[in-house]
Amino acid sequence: MATQKSPALFQPGLVGPAIRASFNKLNPAELSKNPVMFTVEIGTAIMLLVTVYIALSGDTSQGSVIYNSVITAVLLLTLLFANFAEAIAEARGKAQAESLRKTRQETPAKVIRPVGELTVKEVQIISSAQLKKGDVFVCETGDIIPSDGEIIEGLATIDESAITGESAPVIREAGGDKSSVTGGTKVLSDRIVVRVTTQPGESFLDKMIALVEGASRQKTPNEIALTILLAGFTLVFIIVCVTLQPFAVYANTPITIAALISLFVCLIPTTIGGLLSAIGIAGMDRALRANVIAKSGRAVETAGDIDTLLLDKTGTITIGNRKATQFYPAPGVSESNMVRVSALSSLADETPEGKSIVELAGPEVTRNLSTTGATMIRFTAETRSSGIDVPSSEANSNALRIRKGATDSIRTIVLKAGNTFPPETEEQARAIAANGGTPLVVIENERVMGVVELQDIIKPGIAERFERLRKMGVKTVMVTGDNPLTAKFIAEKAGVDDFIAEAKPEDKMQYIRNEQNSGKLVAMMGDGTNDAPALAQANVGVAMNSGTQAAKEAGNMVDLDNDPTKLIEIVEIGKQLLITRGTLTTFSIANDVAKYFAIVPALFVASIPALQQMNLMHLHSPESAILSAVIFNAVIIPMLIPLALRGVAYKPIGASALLRRNLFIYGFGGLVAPFVGIKLLDLVVGLFV
Amino acid sequence: MLTQGSLPLNPDGNPSMSPDLAFNTAISFLVNCNLQHYSGETGLTYLTQLGVITFLQFVSAATGIAALVLLFRHFLPDVTDRSGNFYTFFVCSITRLLLPLSLVVALILAFNGTPASFAGKDTIVTLQGDTVGVSRGPAAGMIAIKHLGTNGGGWFGTNSAHPLENPNYLTSMVEMIVQVLIPIALIFALGYYIRRRKFAWVIYGVMTVGMLLLLIPTIWSELNGSPAIAQLGVNQMAGATEGKEVRFGAAASAYWSIVTTIISTGSVNSMHDSSMPLSGAMQLLGMMTNAFYGGCGVGILNYYIFLIVAVFISGLMVGRTPEFFGRKVEAREMKIAALIAILHPFLILVGTSMASYLIVTMPDADWAVKPANWLNNPNFHGFSEMLYEFTSSAANNGSGFEGLGDNNVFWNVATGFVLLFGRFLPIIGPLAIAGLLAQKKYVPESAGTLPTDTGTFGLMTLAVIVVIAALAFFPALTLGPLAEFFSLGAH
Repeated sequence: MATQKSPALFQPGLVGPAIRASFNKLNPAELSKNPVMFTVEIGTAIMLLVTVYIALSGDTSQGSVIYNSVITAVLLLTLLFANFAEAIAEARGKAQAESLRKTRQETPAKVIRPVGELTVKEVQIISSAQLKKGDVFVCETGDIIPSDGEIIEGLATIDESAITGESAPVIREAGGDKSSVTGGTKVLSDRIVVRVTTQPGESFLDKMIALVEGASRQKTPNEIALTILLAGFTLVFIIVCVTLQPFAVYANTPITIAALISLFVCLIPTTIGGLLSAIGIAGMDRALRANVIAKSGRAVETAGDIDTLLLDKTGTITIGNRKATQFYPAPGVSESNMVRVSALSSLADETPEGKSIVELAGPEVTRNLSTTGATMIRFTAETRSSGIDVPSSEANSNALRIRKGATDSIRTIVLKAGNTFPPETEEQARAIAANGGTPLVVIENERVMGVVELQDIIKPGIAERFERLRKMGVKTVMVTGDNPLTAKFIAEKAGVDDFIAEAKPEDKMQYIRNEQNSGKLVAMMGDGTNDAPALAQANVGVAMNSGTQAAKEAGNMVDLDNDPTKLIEIVEIGKQLLITRGTLTTFSIANDVAKYFAIVPALFVASIPALQQMNLMHLHSPESAILSAVIFNAVIIPMLIPLALRGVAYKPIGASALLRRNLFIYGFGGLVAPFVGIKLLDLVVGLFV
Repeated sequence: MLTQGSLPLNPDGNPSMSPDLAFNTAISFLVNCNLQHYSGETGLTYLTQLGVITFLQFVSAATGIAALVLLFRHFLPDVTDRSGNFYTFFVCSITRLLLPLSLVVALILAFNGTPASFAGKDTIVTLQGDTVGVSRGPAAGMIAIKHLGTNGGGWFGTNSAHPLENPNYLTSMVEMIVQVLIPIALIFALGYYIRRRKFAWVIYGVMTVGMLLLLIPTIWSELNGSPAIAQLGVNQMAGATEGKEVRFGAAASAYWSIVTTIISTGSVNSMHDSSMPLSGAMQLLGMMTNAFYGGCGVGILNYYIFLIVAVFISGLMVGRTPEFFGRKVEAREMKIAALIAILHPFLILVGTSMASYLIVTMPDADWAVKPANWLNNPNFHGFSEMLYEFTSSAANNGSGFEGLGDNNVFWNVATGFVLLFGRFLPIIGPLAIAGLLAQKKYVPESAGTLPTDTGTFGLMTLAVIVVIAALAFFPALTLGPLAEFFSLGAH
């Protein structure tokens, strides 16, 4: 995981405010959102009244003042621990978001404003905070970009390391899919004119901070379902404890209010109830640490359910560019001649493919070549070829027209000129395509010289990542503009499950719809405006930060690193979130067994001495048993905060094996841990009670 | 039943029922519980035995089966909102299943000595020379459906401990096997119907382990006999024999007592009041969980709620929004599952606490039996008697711990309502969940989907049943049978 910044869980700067927030969160209006902890608060309030009553009246039928006040204090502590878990998770998320926001502190912005009636534009310098949506500003070499926006004019190299941590500069230009700039990044060269796309305080980062802070945090559907289940457990134990009172009266065993409330608080799932919101916030925070801004908690959670992952071939599965790997001269053409022609056509070619041809040809060939006076023919979508025109000179008696390009477009040129297209070359080109390569046919003066094989380089380690995804049950689909033959080869080599060849944006959309119609959840990543509909359609749409504003609006997450493999991490973060909830619920409920065995005998042993045999842990006295159980119940919350914040590790070992593993660790562990913990606490508490 | 005394087919001249008893009895048989606050020999006439009791024993069992078949349909991927006609399933359950099987069982019973005649009481002269009237009646057919339909209400007051209701060891085994026949067969029917036989085997495995967990301590404690009697120096080679029929013995009686409580039959061949305290706890737990095999149809319906909760928690543990047979389990389903899971402890504990409260605060209330006289055995055992009565009602079991003065307005009315809630809400709830799930988009299974037909998931389900159904009753069991058990052992 690319979680570069993984600071200590409890940074000193965060703990202080979090403790203060823990007290503020005692406000019943806020706590009532959490039914489990709210009932604990009611219990604490009752205990407080009982303690005050005993202190004033001196009536000790409910136990001593000290005993009751200790119970009250421990219950209060339980609440505070739960609040602290939520507060520290919030504080960490906020700190992470703030550190990103810091990059966009007050910076001067050069705003272009129309002046007066005339449309003469004037550049004013104002503070970035005053920028409004729709404002247009200019940035030149060395400027910090004051706000998120879209380039409307110009091209620039930009250092985005402040956001992404990646030091290599990137190029952003008006039009196309790489027109977005982020506030806080720095222009390294050239000049761009940018239009502000977001109102101040409404950027994605601002939205994310609001999500973490709780003001606009909404429970996800899964969180709601779990809360209902926990409320169900709480209700069962309310019934158990309320009815216990008449049972005890019948059995002539008066139970103190302190004991009854202690039993209740121990039985209800306070551990998971107290950590539930912290787990959710921590999930968002982990996404943020992976440099992904999620627009809702729901998006992170949905990521864990993804069945199908659409991945662009270039940049995700293969290293950005294709490389020339082999020259195949046409019949009757010498290899050296073919290599020379190919190299000559590529000398002035700045594309990675062109450079790789020069590289493959080697310095012996290229040393003697010169393109002085030659005209470079750029690649266009219509011609689907590029090349060079060399006028006749002393070195070359004849003028040369060299072209290289896709087989069919070159064939058209050749046939138009009245020449033949050799079947051997045709065959060779097909063989290259079937091998996953891209054939580049080279012609000189409309005569076929041969084919250059371009090969995709599959990213090292990507096959393992797909294997990992397969074990998670996620189907990977490669999206490529390549022809089906090439696509199939690469798909097999990289180990993806399916591919969309010669993909147009509509194809992506159609594929997503089909998958969704069969009940699957689909995730995809995209950056272009033409990706926007598919990003919106996908259940998890991750837009690259470098992408267009439209793409970023359409997706439900934004990846600041522009890293296409990030989807894999996002899926794991989503899964971790659910697993952490599930395992802590199991742990919390499994704890009840030991707590029953601690408290129930303690309740009745005074009047039914035989029940001493149920005191499996041999706890010192009824009071120490109850106190130990309540203390254990309280301290287990802070002990599990690190787990809640970091998340339970996800291991792609298959659902059944994972269940077995987690059931053993958290179910069996949850059964045993409180027996040990309560016994140890009793050894200490027993010294005083 | 209110007028049976003046209606025909009453050769013994039995009286009409009191309104509160008729209320309780009608509900009790309508809901397949067969809690009996009367004794069949004197409380009913042949007309009501056949026209009311036996009739309801058929239709109430068929109701559970028909409801379950609707649930079966919802496991299928292509289910629609038209999942079947209740009436069709209901009629088929009676004509294809219950009637033919009952005929076979009734013949076996009749050939072994169970009466099947409309003649009134017979008389015998005992060895002491006394003349004693012996009740009879067309009993064999009713006793057959009583077990096949997991009803449990006996023709005679002492149920299958009565020599004419259960004449010998053979009939005892037949009656015991016949009551588990349909509940177990329905598990495998589920596997066959949805083509997931392994899933059915896992359910069967969990239920059988659950049964063994209750059965083994019961047989052990019954075979060991009572420590109190051992202290008197009495030989207990045959185990604890008090309240048991000599022709069945301690082991077979213990076995029956667990079978009849995990299945919602509630017929008895020994007096559960006389069981050892630990056995009493196990019998209570059998009804508190109420999902190890369970009654006709309703056993699996109860189990379904636990399945949903187990799927939810374990789905989270494997990192996916929980899915059950391709459908996402979300808030609405959880709400229903939680309510149904709470219902059982609610009915039992609130009912018992009301009874406890009345005994303490209104011992002299002017009822047919005043609260002070409710319990034959005050103290822990009396508490077990009350707890058992409400547990048996809520679980629609119908067996009585007995020793409880239950034919009075409080018990008749209170258990009457518990019976109604305990029957129909747990049928409606699972069907509502299944209906909600069926409306959702079907998600095909993938490697990330939690498989529900594995031992691990079975273990998870068992854990959920233990935690929800058993743990909630731990304090109550402690004050009843467990306190008695430890007190008995300590002396």
